[in-house]
Amino acid sequence: MNAAADMNAAPRRSLLGRFSDFLYRRPTFYLLLLLVPPLLWFGAVYIASLLSLLWQSFYTFDDFTMLVSHTLTLANYAQLFQPANFDIIVRTLTMALAVSLFSALIAFPVAYYMARYATGRTKAFFYIAVMLPMWTSYIVKAYAWTLLLAKEGVTSWFIHLLGLDAVLEFLLGIPGIGGNTLSTSNIGRFFVFTYIWLPFMILPIQAALERLPPSLLQASSDLGANPWRTFRHVIFPLAIPGIAAGSIFTFSLTLGDYIVPQLVGPPGLFLGNMVYVQQGAIGNMPMAAAFTLVPIVLIAVYLSIVKRLGAFDAL
Amino acid sequence: MHSEKASVWLKIAAWGGLVFLHFPIFIIALYAFNTEESAFSFPPPGLTTKWFAVAFSRADVLDSILLSLQIACIATVIAMILGTLAAAALYRRNFFGKESITLMLILPIALPGIITGLALLSAFKTLDVSPGVMTIVIGHATFCVVIVYNNVVARFRRTSHSLIEASMDLGADGWQTFRYIILPNLGTAMLAGGMLAFALSFDELIVTTFTAGHEKPLPIWLLNQLTRPRDVPVTNVVALMVMLVTMIPVLLAYLLTKGGEDVAGSGK
Amino acid sequence: MTTVVEFSNVSRHYGEVRAVDRVSLEIAEGEFFSMLGPSGSGKTTCLRLIAGFEQLSEGRVIIEGRDATGLPPYKRNVNTVFQDYALFPHMNVLDNIAYGLMVKGVGKKERRSRAEEALAMVALSDYASRKPAQLSGGQRQRIALARALVNRPKVLLLDEPLGALDLKLREQMQSELKSLQRRLGITFIFVTHDQTEALSMSDRVAVFNKGRIEQMDSPRNLYNRPSTAFVAEFVGTANVIGGALSERLSRAGKSFALRPEYVSVNGADTSGDIRMGGTVRDVQYQGANTRYEIELEGGAVINASEANAFHGNDSGPRAGQQVSVSWHSDAMVELQGGASL
Repeated sequence: MNAAADMNAAPRRSLLGRFSDFLYRRPTFYLLLLLVPPLLWFGAVYIASLLSLLWQSFYTFDDFTMLVSHTLTLANYAQLFQPANFDIIVRTLTMALAVSLFSALIAFPVAYYMARYATGRTKAFFYIAVMLPMWTSYIVKAYAWTLLLAKEGVTSWFIHLLGLDAVLEFLLGIPGIGGNTLSTSNIGRFFVFTYIWLPFMILPIQAALERLPPSLLQASSDLGANPWRTFRHVIFPLAIPGIAAGSIFTFSLTLGDYIVPQLVGPPGLFLGNMVYVQQGAIGNMPMAAAFTLVPIVLIAVYLSIVKRLGAFDAL
Repeated sequence: MHSEKASVWLKIAAWGGLVFLHFPIFIIALYAFNTEESAFSFPPPGLTTKWFAVAFSRADVLDSILLSLQIACIATVIAMILGTLAAAALYRRNFFGKESITLMLILPIALPGIITGLALLSAFKTLDVSPGVMTIVIGHATFCVVIVYNNVVARFRRTSHSLIEASMDLGADGWQTFRYIILPNLGTAMLAGGMLAFALSFDELIVTTFTAGHEKPLPIWLLNQLTRPRDVPVTNVVALMVMLVTMIPVLLAYLLTKGGEDVAGSGK
Repeated sequence: MTTVVEFSNVSRHYGEVRAVDRVSLEIAEGEFFSMLGPSGSGKTTCLRLIAGFEQLSEGRVIIEGRDATGLPPYKRNVNTVFQDYALFPHMNVLDNIAYGLMVKGVGKKERRSRAEEALAMVALSDYASRKPAQLSGGQRQRIALARALVNRPKVLLLDEPLGALDLKLREQMQSELKSLQRRLGITFIFVTHDQTEALSMSDRVAVFNKGRIEQMDSPRNLYNRPSTAFVAEFVGTANVIGGALSERLSRAGKSFALRPEYVSVNGADTSGDIRMGGTVRDVQYQGANTRYEIELEGGAVINASEANAFHGNDSGPRAGQQVSVSWHSDAMVELQGGASL
């Protein structure tokens, strides 16, 4: 350190030093000092916005003038239960549940293999291989599927190659999940959702299985349980918190999505689309606000269910 | 018991899962080199690199990339400051309301983006703030805080508190302890959190659609291309670029926190 | 002798819990002072009050004649060797040692030479550029010691510094610490739950129990003249005699400590003036000694310990056998706090 730097540093240090002394003697003040910026940000930006949204859901929207007035009403919430709107809720909820279930099914073997059998480099490879798609751009992933499901696209090429055209025809023929082509069917949409949220399911299950001590499995086989029984009575129950934790993501993310339903699948709005349309094209912010309460309530209910399955310990 | 060898079926299912995760990504990479101009037929009739040159000479593409980089950088800096402060305040002491504060930090990524987006939009409208770069940044910073927080708080918990006591014991005041002990130990975790926050911000779409106004950051540019499928080849190239830009910070974050469990389960 | 650390009526409360309860003590300059007690007895809290990591609730802590209340750790001329060593993982050994000098603004040259000197003192000069993670437990321990001593503190605080080492290394470090302390003339305040460690190293020992000091004395007095049943049983092993047995010895209402080695079985030592019959309940062979658990006539149980002479065979009494035990009445030390047992 040269002399000039010392001269510059000396007064600054003593000021900071005195400030440190002050903070040291008042730990509560120090804590407050740390907390004020994030609290201010979250309070002023986030919580205030959420509350303003909630407040606006009670405003009145005039269908003729297309204007919002500040008269408070419960009409928006009553509208949620109109059959058309109720359909939207049921449609979205069904998809969210189906996607959660199916991604758990695909995720489990991957997570199980990662946690129990993969070691060293294989494990690191698997970990990165799951993490990268998780962080890959959502819109790029959705776009990839429009390529995959396109007419004459990759999927139909493979199905043709494997001679599975009849199977596809059959699947598309099933009312409810089928459609004219994969890209306009519910089953296509279902695959896209599953794909996009799958990594969010794998990692929590893997983490839950990782915590399972090998001695427990040895104890089970020692006690004469065959592999299937060990799986059913020891491994699977202990993986449930992980599955539940993962399903929070798959459920919540599907419930609020409005891009995938626009790109893939049959007509018919999802909750997210409804919010988007009400707010954007129609300009009915109060109705959009009321609609956002639906996923919040559904997620709250869902959380209270999975909390009992130990999901929060596995997050 | 299947001892320590995985059964063939499990192996197939596990590797099959990985293939499922990566096949669409591979297709994006492949189509970026497609010679065909307006269709998605498979296999591609031929491969070329000419679309990269085309994409990078397009002003709208470059503008979107620069805008997204700018937004991600500012949002990351804000998130790193707020997330680190919150982690420093919350990692050790228990006090009334601590749980609620943690919940509040997680909420922006736990709730569907559409709720955060609409809430911000409604607030901006009420306050007569016109949407633009700053409103996008505000939204992004809000949901990025928790990413930094998760990484930093995990590092705080793994760093023995006696290090801080040892430093003060040896004569370092609070500022010196922060500078010579806390910061070097926290540095990589903060950086890793920042990388992930950057990746998240760079390609976030849902909240952005509500807060962007007339601005067109990269994800919105891409979305517009999808609903109006003109110049497919440029779209393919941009999709590949977006993917690569997010992969690099995520990989760096992984390397920075290797050996710890910081990144796992840190959410979106 | 001058006092370097003084506690007057010091308490530390955590809500309802009194971790330290009205403790007063004086530690002299150059003394090797130990704080001994089970975990949760308040000894570590006392150490942390001296270091400045904790603030007291009542009373006064005086260091070098100055009231240290509210003084942060970095303004106290004391240094600590931590239980987990707390070496800075991102710095090499030399930088760790020089840290205290660096933050105090000591010039680079002097810093380096003093750190190297301290490193030589703990015989680890070859390890200057290693990172803490590349050292063994014993080496880390020495580095932690050097890092504290390089600041030439008036008082060195040691918080169970040998707890993580294995037995052989621990014994070696004990004698090294003791000779280091003599050489440097620094006051050592040593916290431990290991009574042998405290007895063998210290000039004086304070025995802590439930936030209070039970007894503060030289190791010899602590062992030979325990003042309470707790001290008698925590420092070494002791028979605490009270109740019916005291009555039989016509000392009703009083209680006494009696070391097992002062109890003689089957008249091996004839000097004892108290003699009783009993039945051997249990025999434990302990190498140097054999421990007998004997039920006396009238119900009380007493432990006796006999040094094993070189017999080549075991000829001592066995479990179930009738024996006579004897001891000298002067070997019984009267305890405060009346009768127990």
